[in-house]
Amino acid sequence: MNDIATEQSPVQFGIFSVSDVTEDPTTGTTISEPERIKQWVEIAKHAEEVGLDVVALGEHHNPPFFSSSPTTTLAYVAAQTKRILLSTATTLITTDDPVKIAEDFAMLQVLADGRVDLMLGRGNTGPVYPWFGKDIREGIPLAIEHYRLLHRLWTEEVVDWQGRFRTPLQGFTSTPRPLDGVAPFVWHGSIRSPEIAEQAAYYGDGFFANNIFWPKEHYMRLIGYYRQRFEHYGHGRAEQAYVGLGGQFFARKNSQDAVHEFRPYFDNAPVYGHGPTLEEFTEQTPLTVGSPQQVIDRYAAMREHFGDYQRQLFLVDHAGLPLKTVLEQLDILGGEIVPALKREFAKDRPSDVPAGPTHEFLVERHLAGRDPVPGGATVQHTHEPAKSGNAFGIK
Amino acid sequence: MTDSQQKRLAVIAAGLGQPSATRLLADRLAEAAARALADKGFEVTTEVVELRDIAKDVTNHLVTGFPSPRLEEVIERVTTADGLIAVTPIFTTSYSGLFKSFIDILDPTALTDQPVLLAATGGSERHSLAIDYAMRPLFTYLHAAPLSTGVFAAASDWGNAPTTPATRSTSAVDGLRARIDRAGTELADAIATSTRDTSVRDPLALPEGFSAVGAYGETR
Repeated sequence: MNDIATEQSPVQFGIFSVSDVTEDPTTGTTISEPERIKQWVEIAKHAEEVGLDVVALGEHHNPPFFSSSPTTTLAYVAAQTKRILLSTATTLITTDDPVKIAEDFAMLQVLADGRVDLMLGRGNTGPVYPWFGKDIREGIPLAIEHYRLLHRLWTEEVVDWQGRFRTPLQGFTSTPRPLDGVAPFVWHGSIRSPEIAEQAAYYGDGFFANNIFWPKEHYMRLIGYYRQRFEHYGHGRAEQAYVGLGGQFFARKNSQDAVHEFRPYFDNAPVYGHGPTLEEFTEQTPLTVGSPQQVIDRYAAMREHFGDYQRQLFLVDHAGLPLKTVLEQLDILGGEIVPALKREFAKDRPSDVPAGPTHEFLVERHLAGRDPVPGGATVQHTHEPAKSGNAFGIK
Repeated sequence: MTDSQQKRLAVIAAGLGQPSATRLLADRLAEAAARALADKGFEVTTEVVELRDIAKDVTNHLVTGFPSPRLEEVIERVTTADGLIAVTPIFTTSYSGLFKSFIDILDPTALTDQPVLLAATGGSERHSLAIDYAMRPLFTYLHAAPLSTGVFAAASDWGNAPTTPATRSTSAVDGLRARIDRAGTELADAIATSTRDTSVRDPLALPEGFSAVGAYGETR
C-alpha cells in the first residue's frame, strides 16, 4: 500500500465506466469484446494500484457496451484486489428484477468483504424496457416501486409483498443476507429527475449526479434540491447529505499535448461526438482537458458549487482510448490529481459532514441504531427491523 | 409575476437567408400584434429570435441533449412569452428542418396553452396549406393554442401584381396587409384573455400525487 492509500480522506475518488467498445479513431481499429473486458479488469486493478478508492461499472444490454452483468465482473475484480470499493454506474432498477439485485449484490458484498455499494439508475437506452418486458413510460414508477421492494428485501428478513410490476412475494427471504446486517450503500443516480432526488432523500440514501453531459448549474439545482429534501426527511442537515459527482478529464504534463491527443477521441466519442467543439464542451461542462493542475483547479472548485461532498468519479476509459493511455491517465489521476484534491477537500471541511460511506461506517451506524428511517420522523414506520432466525415468519 | 398590463411577444423566424422574407413577415406580424395589444392598453415588448443565429446551438443540443447557455436563454424567453409568433419557410412541402429541430428540443409541455400565431413563407401560394397540414398539428400536439388564422406570404405577395383571378380585385399587397392585421388582432385578443401561467417553470417540481415509495397497493 502506498501513501495515498493509507491517507484518510473524507472524499472517495474513483473511476466509472460505461463499458463501450469503440473504434480508436486514430488507428481505425476496434479491439474485440473479450479484449476490452480483460482490459477493463486491468484498468480496475490499476485503479487500486494508483490509490483510488472506488471503481464503478455500468450496465447495458446492447452493443457497443460489454457490461450486461456487472456483479460478475466486479466479483472477478474483487478477487484480485484488496482495498478498492466496487460499485456500479448504474444498476438498472427499472428493468432488473429487484429480487435479483438484492441477491446479486448481497452475494458480491459477502465475497468482497463489504467492499461493495451500488448506484441505481434508469438507463439511457429505450428498447431495454421492452426487451425486459417493461414499459418505458413507467420508468419513474418502476424505479420507485422496485427500490421500495429492494430496500425491504435487504432490511427485512421475511417479506410479503405485492406491487404493480412484479409477481407478488409471500414469506420470501432474499439470500445471502446482507453482510453484518447492513445493506450495501445505495446511490440514486439521475440526470434530470427530481423524483429520483426526492427518493434518495426520503430513504436517507446517496444521490449521484453524473455531471458529464450538462453544465454544472443544472446539477447544482438538482443536488440543492436533494440536500434540502434530505434535511426535510430528518436524516441530518442539508450539508450532511451524501452527494456523489461524476466528472471527466484528460491530462498531460503539457496542456497543449492533452488537447491535441484527446481531440480525435472527443470528436468521435459516442454521445457527444460530432456535436460541439472540444472547446465549447469543456467550457460548458466539467470536462477538463489540459495539465494536471488545470484538472485540479477545475475540480477543487466543485466543492464551492456543490458543497462538501462524498464521492468523485471520473470517466477515463471510453471513446476508443487505448489501454496504455487509460493506464497513464490513472497514473496521473492517482499520482497528482487525487492527492491534491484530497488536500484541497480536507481544508475546512466541517467534522460533522460524513465521509464517503464504507461498509465499516454502515456497520458502526447500524450497531449504534442510527440507520436512516425511510421517510424519517414524519412517516410512521410500521414494520419491525430485521431480526435473524425468523425465516418463514417463525419468530 | 409580471405586471398584467405588460405583455411579452416572442417571435421565432426560421428563415435561412439574410435578409429573409421569413424575417420580414415575422416583423410585420409582430408589429401588427404589438399595435393591437397597445390599442388594448398593454405595454408590449417584442423579442425576435432568428433561428439561423443559433442553428449550431440547436444541432449541438440535438446530439448532446443539453442547451448551450445562449440557447437555454432563448428557450426560456420563448416558452415564457405571453404569445408566440412562429414563422417558417416552407421547404419541400413542410416547415424547415431548422424550425422543427428547435421545436424538438423544447420540453413537450413548455408551450402548453400558449397563444401561437402560425405563419409561413414560400415561393408560390400553392404551399399555403402547409400551415394547416404541417404546422398546426405540431402545435396542437404540444397543446399550444394556435390561432385559426395563419398567414402565408408567397413571393408574389410582396409585390403589386395580382397573380390569380381571385386576387385581381385587390392587390396582393393589400391582401397580405389585411391578413397580417387580422392575425395580429386575433393574437392580441388571445393574449388578452389567456390565463396561461407565464412564470418560469420549476424544473424540480414533483408531479402531483408523487410518492417516494409509490402508492401501488403494497401489502405488508
